[in-house]
Amino acid sequence: MSDAVVPHRSEAHAPSGRPDIGWFKRALDSDIFYSFRRSKLTMAAAAVTLLFFLLAIFASWLAVQNPFDPAQLQLINSRISPLWTADGQSPFLLGTDEQGRDVFSAILYGLRISLTVGVLGVILSGALGIALGLTAGYFGGMIDGVIMRIADVQLTFPAILIALLVNGVAKSLFGNRLDEMSMLGVLVVAIGLSFWVQYARTVRGSVMVEKNKDYVAAAQLIGLPAPKIMMRHVLPNTMGPILVIATINLALAIITEATLSFLGSGMPDTMPSLGTLIRIGNNYLFAGEWWIVAFPGLALAGLILSINLLGDWLRDALNPKLR
Amino acid sequence: MLAFTLRRMLQAIGVMLAVGIIAFAMFRFAGDPVNQIVSIDTSAAERASIRQSLGLDDPVLVQFGRYFINALQFKFGVSYQFRLPVANLLMERMPATLELAICATLFAMVFGILMGVYSALRRDTMLASLFQAVSLIGISLPTFLIGILLIYLFAVTLGWLPSFGRGEVVKLGWWTTGLLTLSGLKALIMPSITLGLFQMTLIMRLVRAEMLEVLRTDYIRFARARGLTTRAIHFGHALKNTLVPVITVAGLQFGSVIAFSIITETVFQWPGMGLLFVQAVQNVDIPIMAAYLLMVSLIFVTINLVVDILYTVVDPRLRSTVGRTA
Repeated sequence: MSDAVVPHRSEAHAPSGRPDIGWFKRALDSDIFYSFRRSKLTMAAAAVTLLFFLLAIFASWLAVQNPFDPAQLQLINSRISPLWTADGQSPFLLGTDEQGRDVFSAILYGLRISLTVGVLGVILSGALGIALGLTAGYFGGMIDGVIMRIADVQLTFPAILIALLVNGVAKSLFGNRLDEMSMLGVLVVAIGLSFWVQYARTVRGSVMVEKNKDYVAAAQLIGLPAPKIMMRHVLPNTMGPILVIATINLALAIITEATLSFLGSGMPDTMPSLGTLIRIGNNYLFAGEWWIVAFPGLALAGLILSINLLGDWLRDALNPKLR
Repeated sequence: MLAFTLRRMLQAIGVMLAVGIIAFAMFRFAGDPVNQIVSIDTSAAERASIRQSLGLDDPVLVQFGRYFINALQFKFGVSYQFRLPVANLLMERMPATLELAICATLFAMVFGILMGVYSALRRDTMLASLFQAVSLIGISLPTFLIGILLIYLFAVTLGWLPSFGRGEVVKLGWWTTGLLTLSGLKALIMPSITLGLFQMTLIMRLVRAEMLEVLRTDYIRFARARGLTTRAIHFGHALKNTLVPVITVAGLQFGSVIAFSIITETVFQWPGMGLLFVQAVQNVDIPIMAAYLLMVSLIFVTINLVVDILYTVVDPRLRSTVGRTA
C-alpha cells in the first residue's frame, strides 16, 4: 500500500538538490535495504516467507486436486506414502491421508487458510489497537485510564486463553449454524481481540511524545479536527514500531490459529488449515504414517521461523540505537 | 509500604471483579441454562417453572450478586456434559495440572540457568551457539509440534516413554500424585519438557544477558583484583546477583505455564484442568469455561500480587518507583 503512495510523492516533492531517481532506486539506496543485504540469514528468511505466500496464492494451480472438494477424493488412493518411498505413487508427491487427500495439495490450501487468518487477524488487532492507543494517548485523562486498565488486565492473560474463550462463546451463541467461512471469521475475531494490547501500548507511548511537538500544535491552531490530526499527522510518526509488532504478531497469530485448530476449536476437517492437518495427522502417527503429520508440521515450523527471523531483523534495523 | 500493599490488593480485587463480570456474562447469556437441563419434550410451563426456580427471572444485578456469592464458596454450577458440580471436577483434576506445571518450571529453571551461564561464560564456543539455536527453535516451534515430535521420537520410534496419560497414581488424601510410582515419573518426563521448553529459552536468554551485564561491573573487577578464584567470582558473586530477576520471571511465568498446559495436556491426554477446559470449549460447557477463567485469574492475580509485594520487601530501592507506576 505504501509502495503506491511513495512514487507519487517522490515525483511531486522531489528535493530540489537531488536528482529525481525514482522510488525504487531510492528504496535500494536506503539504510534498511543496506542492512537487509548485509544479512544472508534475513535474505533467506525473506525468500522463504515470499515462497510460502506465493505457494498459498497460486495453490489452485499447483495442487493436483482440490482437497476441500469431497468429490475429488478417492478412497482407493488413501494412505499412500511419499513419492520417494517404495510404495509411492505418481501424482502424490508427499503421500495421501486416510481419505485419499493429497498431502501436498492439502498443505497448499491449508497454508492459504493459515495465512488468511493470520493476516486478517493482524490487521484487525492492529486496527483495534492503533485506534484505542491513539484515542488513549491523544485525549488522556479518563479515557486513557479506562483503556489502559483494560489493556493491563488483558496483558496478564495469555492470548491463547482469550482466543479459546472467544471461540467457545461464539460457538454457544451461534450453535451449529457456523459454516467453514464463519468459523474463519470467528478465528480472526478471536485473534484480533487477543493481540490488540501491544499495539495500543506502543501507539499510546509514541502519541504522548508526539502530541507535545510543534507540528501538532500548528495543526491544532489551523483548526484541524482531532481525528484528522491523529490519522494524518501523528500516526505516520509511529509507524516504525507498529511494523515490527505487526511482523512478530503475524507469526504469533499463525501459531494461535494453528493451536486453536489443533485443539479442535478452529478450522473444521472439511476446510483444514495447517493446524487442522496436524491434528488429523497426529491420529495416524502410531500407525507409522508419519508423512500425514510431518509435512504440515514442517511447513508450519518453516513459515513461523522465517517470519520470526524477519521480525527480529526489522526490529534491529529500525532501531537507530543498535546501528 | 502498607499503603502500597493495600493499593495493590485493592487493584487485585478490582481485576477479579472485572473477570467475575465476564465469567457471569458468559454463564448467564452465552448459553441458556434451562435448555441444558430440560429435554426436548419439556412443556413451556415446566420450562418457566425451572426458570423461576433457578432465579433466571430476577433482575440481572441480583443474579450477579448470587453468582458472586456462590463463586466465593466455590460453587460454580453444574457441568452440562458431566452433570456434576464444576468445583468437584476442577478439584479432582487440579493435582495433575499443578504437578505438571511445577515439574515444567523446575526443568525450565535448572536447564535454563545452566545453559544461560555456560553461554555467557564461553560465548564463542560451538555449544553456546548450539544453545542459541535451540532457544530460537524453542520460541518458533508451536508447543503442540514439540510434543508431537517428542512422542514420535521417544514413544513411537524408541518406545522408551508412554505417549499419554499420567501412569499409575497414588492417592494422598484428596490429592493424587504420580511422583511416587515409576510409571508416573516416566509419564511426567515428556509433558514437562514440552511445557517447560518455552520458559527454558526465556530463562536462558535472561541469565545470559544478566551474566554478561554483571561480569562488566566494578565489584567483579574488584573481586578479580582480590585474587579470588574464577569459580568463586562466577558462581559466588556473578550468578547470585542474576538470580533475583530470574526467580521473579519464573514466578510470574508460573501462571502462564498453568494456562499453556491446556495445549500440552491435550497433546499428551494428561487428565488435568486444561484438558477439561478444552473439552468444555468443544462441547460448549459454559459453567466449566467460566469457572476455569475465574480459577486461572485467581492464580494469576495472586502470583502477581505476591511477587510485587515480595519485590518491595527484598529491594527497598523499588518502593518509591513501584508505588508510583502502580
